Amino acid sequence: MLKSFFTLIAASLLLVQTAGAAETVKLALIDPLTGPMAGAGQPALEHLKFEAKRINANGGIAGKQLEIVGLDNKVNPQESLVQLQKAIDGGIQYVTQGNGSSVASALIGAVEKHNQRNPGKEVMYLNYAAVDPSFTNERCSYWHFRFDANADMKMNALTSYIAENKDIKKVYLINQDYSFGHAVSEAAREMLKEKRPDIEIVGNDFHPLAKVKDFTPYISKIQSSGADAVISGNWGQDITLLVKAAAEFGLDAPFYTYYGASSGVVTQLGDKGVDRIYQINEYYGDFEDEEMAKRQVNMYKETGWDFYYLRLSTLLDMFKKAADKAGSTDPVAVAKAMEGLSLETTTGEVVMRAEDHQIQLPMFISVMQDDMEYGAEGTDYNFHKVARIDRDDVTLPTTCRMRRPK
Amino acid sequence: MLELVIFSTLNGVLYGLLLFMLSSGLTLIFSMMGVLNFAHASFYMLGAYFAYTLGMYTGFWPALILAPLLVGALGSLVERFGLRRVHANGHVAELLFTFGLAYVIDELVQMVWGTVAVAYREPSYMREPLFTLFGTDYSIFRGVVILISILMFIALWYLLKKTRVGMMIRAALTHGEMVGHLGHNVPRLFMGVFGFGCALAALAGVIGGPLLATEPGMAATLGPIVFVVVVVGGMGSLQGAFYASLLIGLLQTFFVAIDASLADVFNALGANLDPYGEVGRISLATLAPMTPFILLVLILIFRPRGLMGELEP
Amino acid sequence: MSQDIIAPMQRTKSRTSLRGLVPWVVFAAVLLLLPVFFQGNSTAFTLLNVIGINIVFALSYNMLLGQGGMLSFGHAVFFGLGSYAAMHAMIAIDEASYAGEGFWAHVPVLGMPLVGMIAGGLVALVLGWPFCRRAGTAFAMITLGLGEMVAAAGQMFPSLFGGEAGIYGNRMVGPQWFGLELAQSSDVYWFIAFWTFAGVFAMWAFTRTPLGRMSNAVRDNPDRLQFIGYPPRNVRFMIFIAAGSFGGLAGGMAAVNYEIITPEALGLIPSGLALLMAAVGGLGVFYGPIVGAVVVTLMNSMLSDYTDASILYVGLVFLAIVMFAPRGLGGGIEQVRVAWRDGDLGRRLPGWLSGALAVGLIIVGLVVLIELAFQATHGSDEFAHVFGVDFDAAGPWGWLTVVVLLVAGGLIKRATNKLREDQA
Repeated sequence: MLKSFFTLIAASLLLVQTAGAAETVKLALIDPLTGPMAGAGQPALEHLKFEAKRINANGGIAGKQLEIVGLDNKVNPQESLVQLQKAIDGGIQYVTQGNGSSVASALIGAVEKHNQRNPGKEVMYLNYAAVDPSFTNERCSYWHFRFDANADMKMNALTSYIAENKDIKKVYLINQDYSFGHAVSEAAREMLKEKRPDIEIVGNDFHPLAKVKDFTPYISKIQSSGADAVISGNWGQDITLLVKAAAEFGLDAPFYTYYGASSGVVTQLGDKGVDRIYQINEYYGDFEDEEMAKRQVNMYKETGWDFYYLRLSTLLDMFKKAADKAGSTDPVAVAKAMEGLSLETTTGEVVMRAEDHQIQLPMFISVMQDDMEYGAEGTDYNFHKVARIDRDDVTLPTTCRMRRPK
Repeated sequence: MLELVIFSTLNGVLYGLLLFMLSSGLTLIFSMMGVLNFAHASFYMLGAYFAYTLGMYTGFWPALILAPLLVGALGSLVERFGLRRVHANGHVAELLFTFGLAYVIDELVQMVWGTVAVAYREPSYMREPLFTLFGTDYSIFRGVVILISILMFIALWYLLKKTRVGMMIRAALTHGEMVGHLGHNVPRLFMGVFGFGCALAALAGVIGGPLLATEPGMAATLGPIVFVVVVVGGMGSLQGAFYASLLIGLLQTFFVAIDASLADVFNALGANLDPYGEVGRISLATLAPMTPFILLVLILIFRPRGLMGELEP
Repeated sequence: MSQDIIAPMQRTKSRTSLRGLVPWVVFAAVLLLLPVFFQGNSTAFTLLNVIGINIVFALSYNMLLGQGGMLSFGHAVFFGLGSYAAMHAMIAIDEASYAGEGFWAHVPVLGMPLVGMIAGGLVALVLGWPFCRRAGTAFAMITLGLGEMVAAAGQMFPSLFGGEAGIYGNRMVGPQWFGLELAQSSDVYWFIAFWTFAGVFAMWAFTRTPLGRMSNAVRDNPDRLQFIGYPPRNVRFMIFIAAGSFGGLAGGMAAVNYEIITPEALGLIPSGLALLMAAVGGLGVFYGPIVGAVVVTLMNSMLSDYTDASILYVGLVFLAIVMFAPRGLGGGIEQVRVAWRDGDLGRRLPGWLSGALAVGLIIVGLVVLIELAFQATHGSDEFAHVFGVDFDAAGPWGWLTVVVLLVAGGLIKRATNKLREDQA
């Protein structure tokens, strides 16, 4: 009985190990690829694979072909560590992940410990969407690089925009009841107080994460508070159901959100989201750049997923630039080259700040509209650019004291 | 304040009615066959997805009838070829079977309809406001949902109390063997009741889909709450399930509406809780979605037979 | 309730104590020899460590369900809280050894599972009494409610549970024992192996105590137990505490292995996992959950590399076992073992083998079917290549293969049934 299990393990391990050819460099995506959260991980995997083709056609990473490996973690931190070990044993030295600060927290700790305990076999962690500010502040790590603006930077950009908008006098905050939701609420209160002391916070609600089916009671509360605008960091079903309930009850206040354009939201909201749901993101749905528009169309045709994660393209481009600069795909060299690296993207110049490994980039406020030239998720709806917030207005100081290996 | 009370009541009743539609089928199945069907919410999800797909060809109203019929047939098949087989191995085996079935249905739904939510929406004419009160709209669709739920409740009551089949079902609830001895085909009755219960869940799905969301996680999040309704209402009691559904619907809605923290509540009762401490600052709104489970544990400890039930589970 | 699937274990008549030792010697030998097989392969060690934790977790769950007849949907509460206690202790060790003084400075990390065990037992002691009045559905529902509430509380009290990011520690702190520095997963293996062995042995010994025997009695006939003077509630309560302690032990092992614990570990999903492992392995045989833990862990962590339908397969395996092999994988092994012991194997083997062949064909047919369906809806999946053949959902050949496999399986199954009838 036990023997057959050994052969099973051995067989499966062999498959992982023989997969690597000589002249490739592998990047593992550790994200939910099966189960109820697969809708968050699958588009990222497809995006990476799609962009890897472009990178490889342009000479690859320091001359080597880039290969994307998807590893399923079911958004479970413990399972992520098992998958990380699998990646490391398969000779993979670069991992990327985005969904869930719990997973990111586990990976930062594990990568840090692995690199300390296994010099010469370093692993680099490229974070594309876990936005807990602490990862580039008190918990910053030399081996962690973040390619998304953190939650505080997004709020900084958003509040700058709201501060300009004199019509907004009363703001309602509604967030998920866990560390991220609390961080969003706290940042909103602090920054609004500083930038527009006259704005009144008329409500500050927390609801349990992914448990609320019917948001109408919250909408009644917002309605009776007389709010001019709602700020929410909700993601997944929590943002869809929230805005949907608002539309049904004729609540016309705009919703300023972090994740209004994540997959599935546009499809479900339809006309209920038009002119109601705003988002703060590094990109928007207009695709003025022709080359980007072509990529969006091609990617949707090929994979059935939208070109949502501009930051994944940025991540791969910066990875390539750093590796080419270092002339090597050794993580020690690449990490060194990545510090302070700048890249010209379709939205402007972005910089990987050396102090805390937090990318510095311009952000955009956009609003959902109908009859767009490039529709999202096969519909005619997409997010139309409303305002651009420059890099200098997004950036925030860091408390990171980076411990660099000798 | 008045508008908050009125809308909270309306919302609470609506949510309660939806819960009842879901749990009435489960109560029937549970009290007759002793099976706490873990996959019940999965049939609710199937109802929504079927109605979405059918609705593209037939429109909303035919789908409202067809989807529950299809799901009901599917439920009967599950009973005939799955549950009946495991029945010999006892209740634990039956429960495990439905537990596994929920897994499989959830995965199959993802396989067929994808991992992202689908655009299942009510017909556009139902999005118009039915009435506007204090500047807040109440859509026609919500009115329709309430109407359908009430019609269903009346139909169910009529079926159970006034028809021959209903009499048989009620008899089989308490004296299953005797019904069998009288020459009725009890296994077929079980099959019918299971299918009927699933069809009720699917009906809830058809109207719950556009109201909430049609996505692969919709079963997993609502599933446990349905159990709570059945247990709190009391085993085998449709009336109990009705009261429990409304109670939970209203409790959740009003907990959200009341702007108070735990410290406010306890300090009003004479306790001395730090309003900025980790316990004291938890707001009632935060606790709202947990109320069903708190209620469940309290009921099971202090009144195990539930609100209206005659037997302990 | 009828108890066929968790029927009493086959009790052999008095054996010599030496023969009773054989399984334990084999178990210890396997644990000692595994590292030789997997030298230098850290993924294998990582998986073995997870398997070890899950073995203890599944067995502790089976104390409730298999032995005590209490179906629980909240067992992860004990696992998770045990893990949190161990993690807080590990952090205390880190701080105390940095300061160089205090009680915790002298506690080795190797002992963390005991901290988890005490925590798990204490939680069960505090919470358990009102829960144990009834078994059956009432117990299932109240544990479900408990699980949901504790999981929600985990997000509400960040100072204790660390919020979404959880709390994390470092296992390479405090006094080092036996030269085990716990840097690599192969080091941690020895720690896990020791505690797995100790946990399994202790839980087996528990089944031999009067309380262990009484837990079978409370499962099979609580009324009678009441008559002879043992209130079933007291017995259930004691089983609950024991199961909670061993759940906490597994949690303590997990804290050291992962060095991070998040509130998700308290929820319904890990509780369901325990149920899944125990039921797949078999509730009626002591070692059933061990088999289940090995199979389910491997399926969870490896299968998703090859197919996007991995969860579907886990669900189908579970369903198939509940429907067709209610005694689980362990029950099947036990059947073969008993036949072998009774010298009956030669006669029954042909029937079993052809039955296995039929099941195998049907399984392969179903796998091809699922993969074809997946290919048709999502584009190519990797599993299809494992069989060395590229199936094409557009052409007829793949679908034809499915039909042939299923029909062949069905025919052999029918022949097998006839063969068995003839034998009987």
